[in-house]
Amino acid sequence: MINNPRDALFKEDYFHPGHPLCPGCPGGMALRWIMKVLGRDSIANVGATCLCLPTHVYPHSLEIPSLYIAMAPSPAGISGMSAAIRILKRKGVIPAEKRITVFAISGDGSTADIGMAALSGAAERNDDGLYFCFDNEAYMNTGIQRSSTTPQFSWTFSTTKGKVQRKKDLPKIMAAHDIPYVATLSVAYPEDFVRKVEKARDMGPGFKYFQIHGPCPTGWRFPEHKTVEVARLAVETGFWSLYEVVHGSFNITYRPRKRLPVVDYVKLQGRFQGLTAQDIRTLQNWVDEKEEGPGS
Amino acid sequence: MATRKMLTGNYAAAYGAKLARVEVFPAFPITPQTPVMEKIVEFIENGELDAEFIPMESEHSVMAAAVAAEAMGARTFTATSSQGLLYMHENLFVASGIRLPVVMAIVNRVVGPPNTVLNDLSDSLDQRDTSWIQIYVENAQEVLDMIPQAYRIGEDERVLLPVAICFEGIIISHYMEPVEILDQDKVDHFLPPYRPKQVVLDPDRPMSLGQIVMDDTYITEMKYQQQEAMDRSKAVIREVDEAFGDAFGRWYGGLFAAEWIDGAEVVLLTLGSLASTVRAVVKQLRDEAGLPIGFVKLRAFRPFPAQELRDCLSHVKAAVVLEKGVSIGAGGPVFLDLSHCLNRRDRMPLLIDYIVGLGGRDVTFEEVRNIALTVFEERHADSITNPVRWHQVRGL
Repeated sequence: MINNPRDALFKEDYFHPGHPLCPGCPGGMALRWIMKVLGRDSIANVGATCLCLPTHVYPHSLEIPSLYIAMAPSPAGISGMSAAIRILKRKGVIPAEKRITVFAISGDGSTADIGMAALSGAAERNDDGLYFCFDNEAYMNTGIQRSSTTPQFSWTFSTTKGKVQRKKDLPKIMAAHDIPYVATLSVAYPEDFVRKVEKARDMGPGFKYFQIHGPCPTGWRFPEHKTVEVARLAVETGFWSLYEVVHGSFNITYRPRKRLPVVDYVKLQGRFQGLTAQDIRTLQNWVDEKEEGPGS
Repeated sequence: MATRKMLTGNYAAAYGAKLARVEVFPAFPITPQTPVMEKIVEFIENGELDAEFIPMESEHSVMAAAVAAEAMGARTFTATSSQGLLYMHENLFVASGIRLPVVMAIVNRVVGPPNTVLNDLSDSLDQRDTSWIQIYVENAQEVLDMIPQAYRIGEDERVLLPVAICFEGIIISHYMEPVEILDQDKVDHFLPPYRPKQVVLDPDRPMSLGQIVMDDTYITEMKYQQQEAMDRSKAVIREVDEAFGDAFGRWYGGLFAAEWIDGAEVVLLTLGSLASTVRAVVKQLRDEAGLPIGFVKLRAFRPFPAQELRDCLSHVKAAVVLEKGVSIGAGGPVFLDLSHCLNRRDRMPLLIDYIVGLGGRDVTFEEVRNIALTVFEERHADSITNPVRWHQVRGL
């Protein structure tokens, strides 16, 4: 059977219009596609993320069961749910043939900062589920404060002169956990997005990690109709790369024909306002090292 | 067939969990809880217990995994101590707030610094506001007996709250006692499988648990429902104690066990392992000196049996609390709760608090006897200036 990712995009929706996300939020797109691929027989663990708003802020909800525990431990939610499903199937409470997909979705702060131990624990145990980090590169739901995935020089309310440190490379850290699947996603590349989620869904038990690049009009200071353009430029400049790591094997899934200069991406965003030529060269060097370095 | 074995309190907890046929067991090792975890893992690995063990990377994640597993409808158990319990703190509210009857053995240990593996009750007493039912037990047999009871209490549709069975580290957790291991068939009859009707994550009838609200929508009402459930749990704890006694021949008294109360002028109230010592002192003072002294072993700290204790203690001249915990700046947590429930316009017993046994410091028969005699002398005083007494401070 030829599996066309476009098919998934025309499937039934479990994520509805009328959500309370900001105009131009890429999270709505991402969650909608995730839900289309995972379908009705899935259960969500939502951690702290802007995506709490459409999923867990009363009266909004998904059309599937979902649980919000706390900011950090949505990976542990995967562990508890998948263990419960195994024992309840052994005891015949849940039919053995029924496929229930457990997934978590959480923000970059809850994933890369406060929940890092929980994430690493669930990955090391290879607990069964899909984990989506919605990486909008700052604590956006609390009003734009830096996280460890905020890129260097970016303005936030807690880095008013620009962040000093570089962005933490979380997908590489997750790949080092020797889990079956790690992938990066972008809302500018829906077919790549959907194909990867389908692949992880169908690859059998284990921990699968996704990081969704999430250009945030509110926090990054760009007009809300430019979300997809910013997302695409991130990939075309190499600021964000699309790849997957399947059982340790690294594959680039989209390679720009010719990488654009990083300034093309940076200049669209108010959070990088005031960068000097030297700062931009530093960012360009970071991208070049990252793209040409080991493992790329 | 029931059998008798020499067991530590920790192994008794593990046997209790096995008898309750727990299904998911997330845990993280911490002294003195560790043997609970090791024994349950052994039960699972040798096929005696069909359950899923999840070796979590922290207690915070333990309670999150417990919440998630219980929300799926699996009977979930865990155990912890001290700093581990405090590390869970946030998620304890989640278990009770979503109304999930997780059961946990709390192997009491000091909260440092100074850090030690010795015991007092300061770790669990300070979790009193998390809306967990807390029951304190006296010995290994009571540990084992209370695990199946805890599930029957928590899973009751009138309750649906998590339950902690608290017992002191080392003194109960690590010393061996003869323990009757209950007959599995009888436990199965006493405690049927848990298949939740209300709160469960099931794709066939989706629901969102742990909702976020942006205004005061339902917050007061949901907390009030927890309060009502906690109130209802009092009757359930008593019923379950009765049912357990009928089935297995041991009754523990439900919320608290009162002895020699009729005509008592002074009552000594305590909880945990100290109950054995205090009971023996009271018995001796009655038998040998003929003093009108009674004894209360408090079992349920949450729900706090306020009305019931008021009824029990209304006639006494003085009530003394001996407790291995303190809310610094106020007094012992049990004393503070007892103060509010005995508070009456007309007459209130003299209420005195002895902070004892912190950090596992031994509380001897002689010390308890001296406390009892001291208070007996004071029983007619109109008022006292030092109701909260740090009894064992060296050099004071």
